[in-house]
Amino acid sequence: MTTSMLIRGGRVIDPAASIDAVQDVLIEHGKIARVGGGLTAPEGALQLDARGKWVCPGFIDMHVHLREPGHEYKETVATGTRAAAAGGFTAVCCMANTQPVNDNRAVTDYIRAKADSEGVVRVYPIGAVTRGLDGKELAELAELAEAGCVAFSDDGHCVMNAELYRRAMEYTLPFGAPVISHAEDHTLSRAGCMNEGVVSTELGLPGIPAAAEDVMVARDVVLAELTGAHVHIAHLSTAGAVRIVREAKARGVRVTAEVTPHHLLLTEEAVRSWDPNTRMAPPLRTKRDTEALLEGLADGTIDCVATDHAPHALSEKEGEFDHAANGIVGLETAVALMLDRLVRPGLLPVSTLVSRLSRDPARLLRLPGGALGVGAPADITLIDPDATVTIDPARFRSRSRNTPFAGWTATGRPWKTIVGGRLVWEHVAEGQRP
Amino acid sequence: MGWTRKDLLTIRELEPAEILTLVDTAASLQEIAGREIKKVPALRGKTIVNLFYENSTRTRTSFEIAGKWLSADVINFSASGSSAAKGESFVDTARNIAAMSPDVVVVRHASSGAPALLARELSCAIVNAGDGAHEHPTQALLDLLTIREKKGHFEGLSVAIVGDIAHSRVARSNIHGMKKLGMTVTVAGPPTLIPPYAQELGCKVSYRLEDAIRDVDVIMMLRLQQERMHAGLIPSLREYSRYWGLTLDRLAAHARPDVLIMHPGPVNRGVELSPEVADGPYSVILDQVAKGVAVRMAVLLLLAGGRGGEAHS
Repeated sequence: MTTSMLIRGGRVIDPAASIDAVQDVLIEHGKIARVGGGLTAPEGALQLDARGKWVCPGFIDMHVHLREPGHEYKETVATGTRAAAAGGFTAVCCMANTQPVNDNRAVTDYIRAKADSEGVVRVYPIGAVTRGLDGKELAELAELAEAGCVAFSDDGHCVMNAELYRRAMEYTLPFGAPVISHAEDHTLSRAGCMNEGVVSTELGLPGIPAAAEDVMVARDVVLAELTGAHVHIAHLSTAGAVRIVREAKARGVRVTAEVTPHHLLLTEEAVRSWDPNTRMAPPLRTKRDTEALLEGLADGTIDCVATDHAPHALSEKEGEFDHAANGIVGLETAVALMLDRLVRPGLLPVSTLVSRLSRDPARLLRLPGGALGVGAPADITLIDPDATVTIDPARFRSRSRNTPFAGWTATGRPWKTIVGGRLVWEHVAEGQRP
Repeated sequence: MGWTRKDLLTIRELEPAEILTLVDTAASLQEIAGREIKKVPALRGKTIVNLFYENSTRTRTSFEIAGKWLSADVINFSASGSSAAKGESFVDTARNIAAMSPDVVVVRHASSGAPALLARELSCAIVNAGDGAHEHPTQALLDLLTIREKKGHFEGLSVAIVGDIAHSRVARSNIHGMKKLGMTVTVAGPPTLIPPYAQELGCKVSYRLEDAIRDVDVIMMLRLQQERMHAGLIPSLREYSRYWGLTLDRLAAHARPDVLIMHPGPVNRGVELSPEVADGPYSVILDQVAKGVAVRMAVLLLLAGGRGGEAHS
């Protein structure tokens, strides 16, 4: 295959280099060779006419569930990475709640081997904080780091034991890998299955108060301050949590945070449909919360957007709301929805969105990529800003279909995805080639 | 006003005129209970499935009698425990029942929203016989019928609903229905048993029984479940009863002489109601039960496509 490619005439948006201009990008040997105007293609180079398209550093989703090993009926490394590529992501970080749990080197090695042989985007495993995610004993964190885990998290569970969590933060200090908190005080959330508020009162569903999140975010900020560790808060969902993180950052605490597209775009009102695809942890909150989250994303309190891609089989998401599994798939809907609902109406500058999807997660996790500088890996997300897409779960590459966004229409969508200089996905219009 | 809905899922979604249609139809059907032969042919050839995922004596029996008095074939399907515990999913059970072509499925389920799910899956009529802490529309309708019979009207009446509002589907359906018909509603109980944002439902909130029952036309006492104590919501039944139990003394001191005492049952005697009040002259608890059959006949009749007049033919 060709080892060089010239992407011509696209709008290059590279927040790391403060570039937002029509330029050409030359890729050689899997790396960015040049970025500039009027580049000429070397002999034999593949040429890509990107006029009218956006050329961005490859998007990184630092919070996905690939489900392999153990829950292959929901998702596999093969299907999950194809979903990522189709959603414009060139790298994903996969959470540890597999079966067996990724709390030891053998599982990390397995995931990485699967990614090498069957994956189409980069896969960075996240190791468990505690053995079996049971919150009682530390996993072998040093060996997990050596095996390639880029962060540690008991995601899905919250480490309720503050002393143990403190020790996890201290123990991982030398590895330069953050601890990621699923901030939910289980004694406050109990059997709740949606936000505690007006809607839960009307529907008679047990609620989860915003305080269940705020209390834990506050605790984790304090522990980060105590230990000096980098703590990353997963899927922020409340105005209170945004306020706590903002205040902590202002004081220099090493805390970072992410937000999901669904917590930005949906509120508890969606639960009135009784659709189990509106059930997630943390739950969809209120308009006041979505506004605070968007403000936090814009001003940098929230560092990145992550999907919390959580595939579940239909049987786990079609019955009684209070029996349904938590979570939705997000890889194949995130970019189009955020372009249409946030960037298009002017709520979020496009350069900020691109940064939150590429440069910022790369920075937090010290990953290669996130920028289009010379010598960087040629991981590139190409966007067609004018194409309109209607979300159709039947066309997902993911093995699962659990999304509340079916039927939503968005203008702006991923167009092509390049990983290490290789085209791994391109949009094919309906009716064209398979 | 006629009836056009396929299902009866909530009171919240009904127009006031629809509520009155149901109440009026029920009122006209009450005389059947006094007949020597309690049978009218209105639903002959129709099949009603009572799909009860939660234990219920009163409501299931009431629906069963209502269906039989209307000459429908009534089948009781009791699933003990949750659908998940039983192995077959709720949706699968629903599809299986649908395959047997019932005309009406009456469903009681511990999960809020289960009847709405069924209504989407099945083309037949669905009646919500109580879902989680969400709604219990036929209970509210029989309460409304009882109130109108005793008070003669709805507009301007005031009601206190007392007890575990947070976990009560009866409270929710009644709040919606009473508000729609021009009544004012106060919910009262210890703060741990009042749901968050209760005011948003359009009620007043009171944390003192004596204040809540003063000058109201109707007092509706709710059953207190033992589980609430173990969940840390109240310290003890003893303390609950001491501050929230309705006794003759409290009634005499604070309530109007013509107040109605209602309770959806089953009553915890000595906890939320003293026996003297439950059996006393203010109590209309057994009227409620009797009206339950008439209300369920009305609901089945309107949903199963029979015309109201047939009942009298």
